[in-house]
Amino acid sequence: MPMPSLSVDVGGLRLKNPVMLAAGILGTTGASLRRAALAGAGGVVTKSLGSVPREGHPGPTVVQFECGLLNAMGLPNPSYREFQEEIEIARTSGVPVVASIFGSSPEEFAQIARGLKADAFELNLSCPHAENYGSELGRFPAMVEAVTGAVKAAADAPVWVKLTPNTADIVELGLAAQRGGANAVVAINTLKAMAFDIESGCPILGNRFGGLSGQAIKPIAVRCVYELAARLEIPVIGVGGVGSWEDAVEMMMAGASAVQVGTALLKGYGVFEEITSGLARFLERKSLDLEDLRGTAGRLS
Amino acid sequence: MRPMDCVIQEVRSEAPQIRTLRLDKELDPAPGQYAMIWIRGVDEVPMSFSGPDAITVQAVGEATRALFSLGAGSSIGLRGPLGRGFVLRGKRILLIGGGVGVAPLAFLGQQARSAGVEVTSLVGFRSSEEIIFESRFEALGGTIITTDDGSLGIQGRVAEGLKQLDLAEFSQIYLCGPEPMMWDIISRARPHAGKIQACINRYFKCAVGICGSCCLDSEGLRVCMEGPVVSAERLLESEFGRYRRGPTGGRGPCRG
Repeated sequence: MPMPSLSVDVGGLRLKNPVMLAAGILGTTGASLRRAALAGAGGVVTKSLGSVPREGHPGPTVVQFECGLLNAMGLPNPSYREFQEEIEIARTSGVPVVASIFGSSPEEFAQIARGLKADAFELNLSCPHAENYGSELGRFPAMVEAVTGAVKAAADAPVWVKLTPNTADIVELGLAAQRGGANAVVAINTLKAMAFDIESGCPILGNRFGGLSGQAIKPIAVRCVYELAARLEIPVIGVGGVGSWEDAVEMMMAGASAVQVGTALLKGYGVFEEITSGLARFLERKSLDLEDLRGTAGRLS
Repeated sequence: MRPMDCVIQEVRSEAPQIRTLRLDKELDPAPGQYAMIWIRGVDEVPMSFSGPDAITVQAVGEATRALFSLGAGSSIGLRGPLGRGFVLRGKRILLIGGGVGVAPLAFLGQQARSAGVEVTSLVGFRSSEEIIFESRFEALGGTIITTDDGSLGIQGRVAEGLKQLDLAEFSQIYLCGPEPMMWDIISRARPHAGKIQACINRYFKCAVGICGSCCLDSEGLRVCMEGPVVSAERLLESEFGRYRRGPTGGRGPCRG
């Protein structure tokens, strides 16, 4: 029997497999994005791009834990204009390149989407540690809808909206993105968090606050994906703690059409091959295809 | 890894703007490996080890100036040792360094010497005032010194000293210094690129291999994890010597 197909149509893109590189991870250069694609990622997302260059927060920018990673990079980027060349390099890998973009208003988002060429846009309405950006806009449903609508009107590519879990009801945010015309939602970004150095009493991160990712947040991500998939008509892309094929299966059972991998890249680029081959073997053993897998949990409820 | 608290045991002045800080912990680094040094309230910066328990800092930017000003008894946070260091190969090695970049080479030379390896050094500085570790290198073996202004040793760039050496005689060549200087050496020693290990510098943010800010074109080599020691053969195929990325991730010129 041939190996089951892993190709999938999601949010306006066709992916050769549903395991993507998440935003903010190895997405600073075209070469590093390309390397992720050549290592087996079905699609890649760039580091978030803004309208002007930003250096990001002072260090330390990361704190590593057994169960996850706390980071406060602070949206460093050379501006979307300077990044176009990196996107072209990444595209030579043959997989779709999604541009993550951020702004402080619907107009700023739209300006970037109008000026940048990418296979899709992922709206960063969820970074928890940058003043005037990310979740500071993305926690308000009306703002999520307005930004999504503005980008939809400006962009000639599919629009995905990355949602924050730092809210009482992520479904409200997902519905707002859907009303704005989003082609998919991506859930979840990091959880706002903090760590102290007990010798000095200083917060470790240069920015004091950061976002927690990795294994520790996977059950939260799975719950968010489940709630969103149950209520939304547009696809949900699951992200948050996916580091093994079992995690990917679980995320898709909860309703994700595809997954993104971020913190697990700490183990190296081999993680893409590990997840896709494990996923294919699982589907074969269970005689399932990806469509069957998605929403398995829904059918059992 | 959370930053480990390290207390500065001793501060040694090496040159007007360069000091060595000896820490209260031996971290067993390989020469060429680095640590992320957190100067609390300021920033976190990568620093090469200049000994098993020491780093050598030149005051250049805000963070290094803050580190430079710390006295014995002060403490810093440290993540490390990180990255891949130099690998000792063969019985006769050459160290080529420039400025504060000689720090990991002096450390490597001492390890090599105690392993019975013959060590020759070629080290260059801007002026006699800025020379560091002269006695450490001289204790290791033959040492050629260059200064840009000719105030000591051969006048000129480090590459001037190459004329006195036959690179074919060495089993391995170890390089560390400002990028234009390293690029100059690698370009001139191209036929020997296969035996040159260079300890290079890129803008590090995470230092755990996931943020991408230190990735080298066109391979996407993560310098913080897969370096900072990289073979000259790989560097010849890369952006090295032509451009480098700064804090925004944008491309900029290579400076010293």
